Amino acid sequence: MFEWAPVRAVWRRELALYRRYWASTSFAALVEPTLYLLAFGYGFGSVIGTLYGYEYRDFVSTGVVATAVLFIGAFGGMFNTFIRRTFQHTYDAMLAAPVDVHELVTAEASWLAAKAGLYGCAPLLVGMAFGLDPSWGMLLVPAIAFLTGLGFALFGMWVSAIVPSINSLDYVITGVLTPLFLVAGTFFPIDQLPSWAATAARFNPLWHTVELIRAAVFARLTPGDLAHVGVLALFAAAMWSLAVWKLRARLID
Amino acid sequence: MPAPGPAISIRGAVKRYGGITAVAGLDLDVPEGICLGLLGRNGAGKSTTMRLLTAQSRADEGEIEVLGLPVPRRSKRARAMMGVVPQQDNLDEELSARQNLEVFAHIYRVPRAGRRAAVARALALAQLTDRADTPAVKLSGGMRRRLLIARGLVHSPRLVLLDEPTVGLDPQVRQELWSLIARLRDEGVTTLMSTHYIEEAERLADDCALMARGRVVARGSPEKLIAEHAGAEVHEHYGTADRLAEIERIAREAGVPTRRTGPSISLLKAEQFDDALRARLPVPPIRRPANLEDVFVLLTGESAD
Repeated sequence: MFEWAPVRAVWRRELALYRRYWASTSFAALVEPTLYLLAFGYGFGSVIGTLYGYEYRDFVSTGVVATAVLFIGAFGGMFNTFIRRTFQHTYDAMLAAPVDVHELVTAEASWLAAKAGLYGCAPLLVGMAFGLDPSWGMLLVPAIAFLTGLGFALFGMWVSAIVPSINSLDYVITGVLTPLFLVAGTFFPIDQLPSWAATAARFNPLWHTVELIRAAVFARLTPGDLAHVGVLALFAAAMWSLAVWKLRARLID
Repeated sequence: MPAPGPAISIRGAVKRYGGITAVAGLDLDVPEGICLGLLGRNGAGKSTTMRLLTAQSRADEGEIEVLGLPVPRRSKRARAMMGVVPQQDNLDEELSARQNLEVFAHIYRVPRAGRRAAVARALALAQLTDRADTPAVKLSGGMRRRLLIARGLVHSPRLVLLDEPTVGLDPQVRQELWSLIARLRDEGVTTLMSTHYIEEAERLADDCALMARGRVVARGSPEKLIAEHAGAEVHEHYGTADRLAEIERIAREAGVPTRRTGPSISLLKAEQFDDALRARLPVPPIRRPANLEDVFVLLTGESAD
């Protein structure tokens, strides 16, 4: 049985914690894309100029939305979940109360997804300061960022439950997350890659995010883009099952 | 509305971890309204028993009911009516005392209208009303422990599980907590308290269950357990190792229960010695009343393994 009362209660805790750290999180969320845009937009952009009809800095500011969402979701899922489970024993306290593992996982992941939805917009704000034209499609970006953040938060939570120690998360960052964020069309289009890599990139959920965001921001969404939404939803559903399964095994003996 | 039957009922519970059997056919009933002390050495299965009651451990065999609800099947409903105070401090360090309580008032589903009053009551119970806005990380060890207990009571549960509530605390703080726990019983809350501090059980528990190797090996009020297993009077003898071994042999031949008490040996049920036995034993330098610790050591083993 799934209830929303425990989910809301766990959100309440996140909100109390967020009140303590919102300033640092917001600072990072705004400064990081600024640095990317300055470095890549001006550094690279002066060489490249336009790419597929986009100003390179517009290409980057939309791409960085995806990386921001990836990092908020996956890092939060991996590190917060590991620390709360093994060092702080927060989850033991909650599971001794009327909260079940699948509700806990849903609450933690959806909170991270909401943060991804919020802070995923920061690169667009920065981009607009650098000359990106506002568009109505940008209003869809929080939803795309939420769905992507949900999948990657759950991925991170699943990973946190299968690694033997917190140090092992380094393997996942370098071996999984870095390739995902490089080969997603964030800084360069994937059709510049060898054909096998371009094909592989289509299995990268983040590539679907980047495609959706560009389509939304540059006002060229078509019904076909629903396929991207479907892939992201499937990814989130699969990761939810894995995260619940492995965390239950770790928390309930 | 008291549930029919006991607050806790465990029948034949078995819990294995790989090759280790932590709980080995445990039977335990806790009637409503009492404080039951669950005594046992480290590894006796006390903490596993606590986890079975919240369904954080799933029994391999046996039947468990909490407040009339079968566990784990209807555990969530049972958990809403009980409070759990863990052995390990898991407060949110960055959050204030009040926020820690507010979060758990939500988690325990205290209705919105009563939430503020519930948090205020729990703060008062923990004697932290004037430290309400201090982050938990800045509270002293005793304050944190009081907050941890109050957190498990914020929803006025009918049943409280206290896992080693005073472990590692100084005597003053322990006494504060004892009065807090005693008050719970006065209010009619059923309490299951695991401890390996004998004094704690003697002072607080109406009834004790002694656990060893995953089972309850003795059950009753402290007075009854002492009378049954250790009698009224204990004689303590000192001397060389050889001499102690000789006294131990004589006592055992006569069927007298004995226990080592550090450098001495204690002969239990000394009031029942007959004249023949008295004649064979030296005059004891120390005569003292039997206590629960004698029962504990007698029934749960002497060697520190």
